[in-house]
Formats: sequence, C-alpha cells, structure tokens
Amino acid sequence: MRANRLGAALAVVLTATLASCGSSEPAQSTEAAQSPTAAAKGPVKLTYWTWAPNMDKIAAVWNQAHPDIQVTVSKQAGGDDAAAKFLTAAKAGNPPDLVQAEYQHLPSFVAADAVADLKAETASVKGEFAQGLWSLVTLGTEGVYGIPQDSGPMMLFYRKDLFDKYGLAVPKTWQEYADAARTVHKKDPKAYLGTFSSKDPGAFTGLAQQAGAQWWSISGESWKVNIADEATKKVADYWGGLVKEGVIDDMPFFTPEWNKALNDGKLLTWPSAVWAPGVLSSNAPKAKGKWAAAPLPQWNAGENFSGFWGGSSTAVSAKTPNKAAAAQFATWMNTDPAALDLLVKEAAIYPAATKAQSALGQAPDYFSNQPDFWQQAAAVSAVARGFTFGPNVGVTYNAFKDNFDKAVQNKTSFSDAIQAMQDATVADMRKSGFQIAS
Amino acid sequence: MKRSERGAWPYLFLTPAIVLFTLFLAVPIGYTVWLAMRRTKVSGLGLGRGARKEVFVGFDNFSAALSDPELWHGWLRVLGYGALVLVVMLGLALLFALLLDSARVRLARFSRIAIFLPYAVPGVAATLLWGFLYLPSLSPIRDVLDIDFLGASTVTYSMANVAVWGGTGFNMLVLYTTLRAIPRDLYEAARLDGASELQIALRVKIPILTPAIILTTVFSIIATIQVFTEPTTLRPLTNTISSTWSPLMKVYRDAFVTGDLYSAAATSIVIAAISLVLSFGFLRVVRNHAFGES
Repeated sequence: MRANRLGAALAVVLTATLASCGSSEPAQSTEAAQSPTAAAKGPVKLTYWTWAPNMDKIAAVWNQAHPDIQVTVSKQAGGDDAAAKFLTAAKAGNPPDLVQAEYQHLPSFVAADAVADLKAETASVKGEFAQGLWSLVTLGTEGVYGIPQDSGPMMLFYRKDLFDKYGLAVPKTWQEYADAARTVHKKDPKAYLGTFSSKDPGAFTGLAQQAGAQWWSISGESWKVNIADEATKKVADYWGGLVKEGVIDDMPFFTPEWNKALNDGKLLTWPSAVWAPGVLSSNAPKAKGKWAAAPLPQWNAGENFSGFWGGSSTAVSAKTPNKAAAAQFATWMNTDPAALDLLVKEAAIYPAATKAQSALGQAPDYFSNQPDFWQQAAAVSAVARGFTFGPNVGVTYNAFKDNFDKAVQNKTSFSDAIQAMQDATVADMRKSGFQIAS
Repeated sequence: MKRSERGAWPYLFLTPAIVLFTLFLAVPIGYTVWLAMRRTKVSGLGLGRGARKEVFVGFDNFSAALSDPELWHGWLRVLGYGALVLVVMLGLALLFALLLDSARVRLARFSRIAIFLPYAVPGVAATLLWGFLYLPSLSPIRDVLDIDFLGASTVTYSMANVAVWGGTGFNMLVLYTTLRAIPRDLYEAARLDGASELQIALRVKIPILTPAIILTTVFSIIATIQVFTEPTTLRPLTNTISSTWSPLMKVYRDAFVTGDLYSAAATSIVIAAISLVLSFGFLRVVRNHAFGES
C-alpha cells in the first residue's frame, strides 16, 4: 500500500516535470515571440546580438524612422565565445532575430541550420559588395546567409620612429622582414621586430590567405579540406624558423605582456588588419602618432596580395518569425549611406560596402600622422584574397591553438602543427558524416 | 483508513525535496545521458535545411570518450596537481588551526581572518591576480627571482599555488571550529599528566580532529577533480596550458568550442563516475576513522 502511494506520487511528479519540460521547449518560446506579429498589434520587435561598440545608437536611429520595426541591441562579448553562444541559443530554440556573424563562423551557423537564407531579400544589394566579400556570405552555394558588414584586410603596422632609429626600411618582402628581424634583435636583444601568436588562428589564417591558401572548398556535393597545403606550410615554416632562431618573439597577442611591449617600443611591427588602430590606441596609448601602416610584405617581389583577419556579416536567425523585417534592418544597416556613416563613426568598423570604403575620409586619430590611412586600406582591400570557410572552423581553430602552443613551447616544426590541424578537421568532419573529397 | 492517511503525511513532507531533486538533479542527469547516446549526422555538404539530423548511437560517444588519450592525460595532470594541492593545502590548514588554537597565540582573531580572507576572493579574480604576478613584465616577484612561473615544468606548481592560497583558509576554519568545540578539561588533564603543547597537539588534538580532516579531504578531492577556473583563466597568458589540460576543460571545449554537445555529455558522465569512485573510495578506506569508530 505504502509503496504504491510512493510510486504514484513519484509518477505524478515525474509526469508533471516531464510535461512542463516538453512544453517549455521551442513551442512556447516561438509562440511568445510570434504573438505580436500574429495579432498584428504594435510594432515588430527584433533583438540583435552584436559586439561592435555603440550599435545601440545606430539601432536608435533606425527605430526613430521605423516605428513599426523596433530593434533592441544586446551587447555580446566578441570572438569564438559569441559564436558558441549563438549556436547554443539556436539549439535551445531562443536565438536572437539578428546576429553579428564573423565570416569564419558563418558556415558552422549554416551547417547547424541556425541562420536563414536571405537570397530573395538581398538580390537588390548584391552589387554593393566586392565579389570576394559576397562569396564569404554565400559560401559558394546558391544561398545568401548574411549581409557583409565589415572586413579586415591585413596590413603591416610598424613603429615609424623606431624604424628610423634602427635605420630600417619598410620590408617589401617577407625575406626583407626576416632580415629586419635579425637586425633589430642584434641591435637591441630585448626588442623584437614582431611576435608569432599561437593564440590567434585568425591572424595566421589571413597570412595563409595572402600566400594563396584555400583551406576549404566545395566540389559538387563534397567538401575539400586542404589546410596542409604548400602555401600554408610555407607560411608556418617561415614563422617557425624565425621563432626557433630567436629573432621573433613568441608571446601571444592581446596579453598584458604584449600591451607592455607595444607601449615600451619592444615590438616594432604588428601584421594586423585594418581595425588595428582601435586596438593600438587602447592597448598602447603611449605610442600614439608613432605607428604607420604599409601593405603586408610579399612572398615574391613585385606581387601584391593581402589576406583577411576577421570581418563579419549580419545574419538573420532561421527561427525568427520576423525574417522580412530583420532582413530589412540588416540591409539598411549595411548599405544605406547614412547607416554606413554611423557604422564608421560610432562603431569604428571598416565597412564592407564598396562605396562606403572609398568615401572614408579622415584617418583614425591614432594614425593622425598618416592622413592617407583609408586610401591605403582601400588599396589593400582590393588585393586581399579570402577563401571559403568550412563548417567546423571551431575545431580547426582550436587545433591551431593547441598544436601551435606545443610547437612554440617545444620549438618543434610548425608545419607538423599544420598537419595536425588538417587531421583534426578532417576527423571531425568524417565523424559528423560530411562528405569529403580526398 | 485512518492509518493509511497518517501514512501519507511523511510523503507530503518529502515532496519538496523530491520535486527539487527531480527537477534539478534527476532530469538534467537524465537529459545528459540521453544526449550522450546521440549524435548529429549530416548528409553531403551539410548546408541548408534538413541536411543535419540527430541519430541514436548508443554507447559510441562513451567508448570514444574512454579511448581518447587526451582525457587520460588530463586525469594524470589533475592527479599530480591534486596530490600537490591536497598535501600542501590540508597540511597548512591543520598547522594554522593548531597554531591559532594554542593557548599562547596573540592576535588570533586577526590572523584567522587574514588566513581566511583569500577564500572570499572569487577563483577568476584570484587566478588573474596571481597571473599578473607570474607574468615577467608585470611581476615584482620576477624582478627578484628569475623563475619562469608559466613554463611547461612549473605551470602546475603555479596553479597549485593559487588553489592553496585560496583554499587553505576555508579548511583551516573547519578544523579550527572543531578544535574550539573540544572541552578544555581534556587539555588540562593532559597537562596534569605532564604533556607538552606539542604532545597535546599530536596525541590529543589530531586524533579528535580526524573526522574533520577526512571531511575536508573529501571536499578537497572533489574540488581538485573539478579544477577548471585556474587553468582556463591562465591559458590566454601562456602557451603551456592546452585546451584539454583538465578533464573538465575538455568537456567545455567539446560543448562550446567545437560544438559537440554529445561528446561533452558522454565525457561529463565519465568524469562524474570517476569522481564518485575516488571520493567514495577514499571514504571507504578511512570509514572507521571518519565515523568515530577507532
């Protein structure tokens, strides 16, 4: 008798909790999100996850002009964590309507069916963007999974004053860069021309792109993974050799150590992207006005290539009930002249839209001694080559960090680390069942 | 009729506990087990609608987790780290408790708070604070001692140092409170028998403290198995800590960096099982002492 009652009580509790679990999942949340539109009462409400600064001010301008579509900005921490958070939210059934998506993470969003295809909504604005950038949001397929927002063509940032002091010319080729690295370290054993960061796969990816790497590509119905190609190994071994020789430092970017070295003039260059002025001005305030930008050194004299580090698009959640409104806002933000102007001034981004790039005027405050900064950036942007990213960049980038950490620490071959990245990426794709062309 | 009505009352009292247990323990664990038996399968390029579906894979994820050498390397690292932390932290905690309890100590209240205070500092803050002390260009210690605190051979000690710094005070307080509860006449009797303070500590206090020492040891074993904050916070500062340094870091990496919730679920169940074995195993070994039957 007693046992029965206990069993019955437990059963009641269990079914109650199970039932509540069941109903609290997607059904309820989408219902709640849908009700305003379904009832056609009041404005459409959109949430937008982004990490660029002051995006709320830009949304406010939109909200003023569009009382029927109200956008709320939710500020996120950037980087890989933001991508993980969005994927988790999409899986849990409560993603934001709009999300800032870095180009390298977009394929994993698409593969997880987390972002909507905007092909129909964006047909009219396709021409506003350079072909290379546009292919980053189509992934080489028929679909369009985001609208390009900013891009990160890479340049060489260097300490003009210290280059003069050491009597160095701005390196035109990577060979000259290596020679300069030796010279600097010889003249001041505490100073380095640069550092190789084993924590920043994005930077390395850009350098590999410059050398002509194509890590992923699509052929028919299968993926080609080619991380350990000749171009990438060449870049890896170049930096590996300099680190082993001890003429290039191996401290990661964005650490207190690195900030201090930039501030104290112990690091003379930073191969980085067009957004570098923002980082430098906050991390190395003492060196204001002493930095200059130049095109990246080239692998062969006379060539003119660059790669991309970072850059992002605005994507619309696959689950949003307000896809059309969200696409409308995303298009406005990334193509409307007034919005682009705000993006540049308020959010300090390098816009993806071609017209906006060429309209950029005054150089960033930190680079006030280089008035043609944006013209340089536009020239570099025109020759930057990107590639299609694969559906599991998270795995690849994690493999980069783990294997380059080890390679730097043990002074082992950098191209072996590249091979490990290739193996980890392919193994993960096979496990998930992706078709891979060998 | 009446008897069975009375029989229902205890269950009513139990209901809140059962509901909470079910909602916040049983259901999440059940969900984890369910996730651990599944996996996404994509077809072709894996792009677009319907290209990805969840399938049941049975124990595949578990066997993958168990045969992953990185997980076992992680366990080895944590065992080394844990042994270091347990011995030093509990040793210091016992020493401080005994010192504070001795009759002749001055400024006992201040010392107690001073030793306990680090426990109030959140793990991330504590690790960052120590991280800055370890970094060459920021560290005042590095100006004096030329040791690379974040090198491959030293980083485990550096991390253990953070844990010891943060955990000693808590364990000391548990032991100290137990000591204060011991009737003073026991010491008086020992003194009358001619025992020195040291003998009292070794022969009277420590035996009485044994159950409390065992309790703090079990807590510390569980805490060191779960080490995550220290290595994760130090990782951006050095290239000697991999993304799978500790087993829990591997779970985090699988779930949130490489987006494989299923492997993460399977690995976390494996970790839970090993934690249970270790802490209950320890309790079993010392059972007689723990429950006061010597």
